[in-house]
Formats: sequence, C-alpha cells, structure tokens
Amino acid sequence: MSDDIQTLIDRLPRLGEAVVVTLELTIGGAILAAIVALLLGFGSRTRSLWVRGPSRVVVEFFRGTSLVVQLFWIYYVLPAFGYEMQALAVGIVALGLNYGAYGSEVVRGSIASVPKGQWEATTALNMSWFHKVRRVIFPQAWALMIPMLTNLLIQLLKGSALAAYITLHDVNYWTDQLRRATNDVFFSYTAGLLVYFAIAYLLTWGMNWLEERAKRRLGRGTKKPSLREALRVKPDVGSESITARGSAV
Amino acid sequence: MNDSIWRWDRAWEVLPHLLEGLQITVLATVVGMAIAAVLGFFIALAMRTPSRWLKAPLRLLVDFVRMTPIPVQLTFIWLAFPTIPTLAVGFSVLGVHYATYMSEVYRAGIEAVPKGQWEAATALNMAPGRTWRAVILPQAIRNTLPGLGNYAISMFKETPFLFVIGIVEMFTEAQSFGANTFSYIEPITMVGVLFLLISYPTSLLVRRMEIRLA
Amino acid sequence: MTTSTGETPAIEFRDVTKRFGDNVVLDGLNFSVPQGQRITLIGPSGSGKTTILRLLMTLEELSGGLILIDGDPYTHEYKGEKWVKVPEKRRRVVRNRVGMVFQQFNLFPNMSVLENIIESPVHVLGKSKDEAVADAERLLDKVGMSEKRDFNTNELSGGQQQRVAIARALAMDPEILLLDEVTSALDPEIVADVLGVLKEIADTTDITMLLVTHEMQFAREVSDRVLMFDKGQIVEETDPETMFTNPSHPRTQEFLKAVLG
Repeated sequence: MSDDIQTLIDRLPRLGEAVVVTLELTIGGAILAAIVALLLGFGSRTRSLWVRGPSRVVVEFFRGTSLVVQLFWIYYVLPAFGYEMQALAVGIVALGLNYGAYGSEVVRGSIASVPKGQWEATTALNMSWFHKVRRVIFPQAWALMIPMLTNLLIQLLKGSALAAYITLHDVNYWTDQLRRATNDVFFSYTAGLLVYFAIAYLLTWGMNWLEERAKRRLGRGTKKPSLREALRVKPDVGSESITARGSAV
Repeated sequence: MNDSIWRWDRAWEVLPHLLEGLQITVLATVVGMAIAAVLGFFIALAMRTPSRWLKAPLRLLVDFVRMTPIPVQLTFIWLAFPTIPTLAVGFSVLGVHYATYMSEVYRAGIEAVPKGQWEAATALNMAPGRTWRAVILPQAIRNTLPGLGNYAISMFKETPFLFVIGIVEMFTEAQSFGANTFSYIEPITMVGVLFLLISYPTSLLVRRMEIRLA
Repeated sequence: MTTSTGETPAIEFRDVTKRFGDNVVLDGLNFSVPQGQRITLIGPSGSGKTTILRLLMTLEELSGGLILIDGDPYTHEYKGEKWVKVPEKRRRVVRNRVGMVFQQFNLFPNMSVLENIIESPVHVLGKSKDEAVADAERLLDKVGMSEKRDFNTNELSGGQQQRVAIARALAMDPEILLLDEVTSALDPEIVADVLGVLKEIADTTDITMLLVTHEMQFAREVSDRVLMFDKGQIVEETDPETMFTNPSHPRTQEFLKAVLG
C-alpha cells in the first residue's frame, strides 16, 4: 500500500496533465454543446418548416445514434472523406454534438415554459426578436434550465472518459497506467474514480452557484443559500424535468 | 478519388454480424434495466430512512456511482473480479449505474403522490405496510413508467460502452469487422443506423405513454 | 383619403376578419377611432373585443382586411391586388405609436421596477439612459410608485404591478394606448386605485385609448364612445350616457342587465 502511494505521488504531475485533457474535453465539449443547443433549440421553435424540420432531424439523429458510435465514426470514418482531425478535436466535436442535441431539448423546453405574456409584453414594447430573447426571455429560461444543464454537464464529463480509447491521455488513461505501475486494481481505480468524482463535484458547485445567481436576479433566491444547499450535489429536479424529454442521458 | 468509399457488398457482409451483436445489446439492456428498476427502488426506499447516519453514506455512495464514468467502472469491476463472467460484470455495472438514476425517478414518483393520499390512509387507520402497497406504490409506479422507458432507451444507447471489457455487442462486432477488413465506414455507419432505427421509434412510444399518463 | 393628420383617424379597421381555425371571431369589421378619443369596447366574452386589441398590438395576425394607424397600413397592405404582410421592419416603426397594458401585468421578473420601465425607451427608442430614468421617475410619481423604484417586481402586490405596467407603457410615449381588462386580475379593493390612475391619465393627456373593461362606471366616466360587440359585430355604438341609461339594441339591454344586475 505504501508503495502504491509512492507510485501515486510519483505520477501526480501526469495526473495534472490528464486532468487538463479531461477538462479540455469537458469544457470544450460543453462550449460547443451550448452553441449547438442554442442553435437547434431555437431552430426547433421557429415557425419556418425549413428551419424547424432540419433542426428536429439533427436533434433526433444525434440523440438516437449513441455517443460511442458518433465518436468512433468521426475518428475512423470521417478521415475517409478527407476530414482528419486531432484526437482531442474528435472528442470535443463528438461530445459537443451529442450533448448539444440533448441540450437543445432543454433550451426548447425552458423557452417554451416562459409565460406567453412575457413575449406579448416585449412585442407591446416594440422590441426586436433578438432584444426580446436576450434581455427578457432567455434570462428567465436560463434559471429554469440550469439544473438540467448540470445533469448534462456531468454526463458529458463521464462521456469524456471514452477519449482514452482514441489515444488521448485523459484521467481514464492515467488510471489504467497507475494500475499497470502498481499492479493494484482496487487502489488505482478507486483513485481514478475519485478524481472524476472530485471534478464532477466541482462542476456541480459551479453550476449551483450559477443557478443561485440566476434565481436571485429573478428575485426568487434572495436569501443566501445555506452551506448545505450550496454544496448539495443534486439540485431538486423532479423526474419529469429530468426525463420528460428524454434528455437525462 | 477512391471510387469505393462506401461498398454495399461490405455493408451486407457485416449485417449478420451486427444482428448477432444486437442480441447481446438487447439482452444487456433488458437485464441491466431489470437490475436498475429493482435496485433503484430499494435505494429510493432506503433514502427515506430518517437516520442521518444511514442516509449520508448512502447518498455519497449513490452520488459516487452516478457521477463517475461507466467505462472506468466497467474496467474496474472487470479487473477486480476476474472470476465473475464478463457478461455478468457488464450487465451489473450498467444496472447499478442506472439504479442510481432510477432511484431519483422513484423518489420523485413517490413525492408526486398527493399528501392527501397519506392523510386519507391514516384516517382509514391503515397499517403502514398496507398504505404503501395499496395506496402509495400503485400511484407512484404509474408516475415512474415514462422515466423507466426513457432510461431504458438511454441504456440501450450506452451499451456500446461494453466494448471496453470486450463484450461483443453490436458496436464491438462492428469494430472488429472494421479492424479485420481495414474499413470502418460500413460497419460503424450501419451500427449508428441500427441504433437510430430502434431508439427513435421507441422514444416516440415512450413520449406517447408520457402524454397518456400525464 | 385625407392627408392632414388632424382629420385622419388614429385607428381604422377596414373589413377586418379574424378566424381561429373554423371559428370566425371578427367578420368584416369596420370602425375608426378619431385622434384622442377614448373608446370602450363592451360585450359578452368571446364577442371579439380582446381580439381587436390583440390585433392592434400584432399579438395575433389578421385573416383579412386592413388596420391603419394614422392612415398608414400597419399589419397588412395591398400590393396591387395582393394582400400581404407589412414587413416587421416597417411594423416596428408604426408599433412605436401603440402601447398596451395587460390583464396579467406581464412585468419582467428579471428586472427591477425602474429597469422594466426604461428598457424599451433606451433600447428601442434610443433615449439616453439619464433621460429615460428621469422620465421613468416622473411616471412612477404619477402612478404613485416612486418608493418602489428599485424593487423586484415580485415584491409588489397586483395593484402595484399594474401601476408599474401602466408607467412602462406610457414611457414609450404612445399615441394609442390599449387597455385589456386591466383590473380583472386585481382584488376588488385595489381596483379603484388603478382606475384612479387611469382616470388621471385620461384627464391629463390626449392619448387615444381603447379599453376593454367590465368596469361600467369607469367606462362611463372616461369614454367618449362605447361600442357594444356581439359575435364579432358592432351591434350598437353611441355615447356612454345613452349606452348605459337607454340602450336601443335588445342584445345591449340583455347584456347590461346581466352585468349591472
């Protein structure tokens, strides 16, 4: 065991690099996913069939075909068409498209649950579409979507572990290397899972903080959250909001 | 320009392999979801314990499983218990992981039963066991069916994770076919199409069930 | 058609038709509102009164006909023989002249009282922030809400929210103000406050007003003309005094009897 710990300490610098790779995948994937989610989420709401139709098709396509398949398709098949990307880019693109499709359902649902009267008031005040969305509708929808986006972000982090199978040296890869070095499955994999757990926890805290801030701007969460509330992992998301649109995983 | 980027003969050649893999994929989903449905239910019940000393560690354990990656969990259990058959490892890791999701579905389902139902049961002097069996659970289970359906579809699409421990489900079939023939395009594309062909209609069914139960 | 704005009606409906699916709400409606007049629309629910306000605010699209504001085609126009939508860009130019207060207030919960009021004056009309704030403060004073300037909207009662909503609509300097059952969602004891505010605005400005209300006493006090609607048609149109004391159409008599008891 003390040998194990010594090996672990020796490998801490490499862990740092591995965490950076996992975070690059997670944050990069999340940024791409956010862009995709906004485009497809609003696209799925437009009246024009020429925008809505393709948006729906793209969403259902990426939700329906499995992240693993998409990742390896981009990695193995896309080069045959002359698009070769670095493994990190492959990972970010696959995660971003897949979770962006799920995220678009969150965006669409949250925008739809902003009361119709809010849209009507923005029209009565003669705002442009972009002005309505940016200043009135989105800030309200945002507070509703954060808990569901937190779930998706954790799913995305977990999905990033696939990167190890397309040659990336992420936390998953580091864990396996530690196992080879120590020959101790329990020790190394517990360590690896704890690293993922810690990252997931930190991301959840960050998102909880964003949620509190968004609620306070809506004048709802005016009281400061207790420490326990702030550190709570699972925001209270009813089953319907997690799963109603099949957007949990 | 290579005139044979996509070759139908290879597509037809790989199809029987994929359908064979599909059997494992479906089996994993069914067994995995059965484990998730049962274990998730007991987790949800255990979480209702008033004892903080029981609840806090359980909560931590559930979060730990829920917030860490399935591929890493699979490798861990597979390496740590070499005597357990690989299929059993694969199915149980998927099942336990999804049990943590399902416990939330049950919790919400139970909480969605109106408070008046509990009060009515008390007013009728029902024993706690009887209240649960006759009043609360029948209503709670109904609330959880769409969640169960949606997670079954999710799990179906996550069965390709099983490739990391060499379980030959649909995706692994495709990958090994690709590795043998040096052409991944047909097998991997076909796997994607098969997933879509199965998961999209199923999700429409679940959505319909949601609307009917709502 | 006259060109001098003095004689051009503020609002003109020409053969306006509105259908929701198979349900015809308005069928070839014609009426006009002179500049500065206060018109009250009364009638049973489903008679199309609220639809008229919503068409004027472009919250609903016409099925046929034209709406003119100061003689300008607003929502639709004829291009030769073809009846087409006016592009949003031109609608926005005309829409600046129209304001609306809603039954459900519809204040923006992500903004303070003051921010609600200055949002569009600054970002739509292009006023400077200082000017918009000064105007907003003057209006808040007018509706008796000065102390609540920096409050969250959900800290206000219904009556207070509606007063802010009135100030918000006025901050856009509308020539036409649409009031859609503005007291229907309020507790009975605050209705009078809000009506008092509106009465003062009616007395101190020359804004053209179109009201849908169930407050008959108020309608009688502020309106120049009352239109009685039934099944998408105007069945009676007269001054408030005649309408409420001596209506001629049997439907009006029936309706007023039911409402006034």
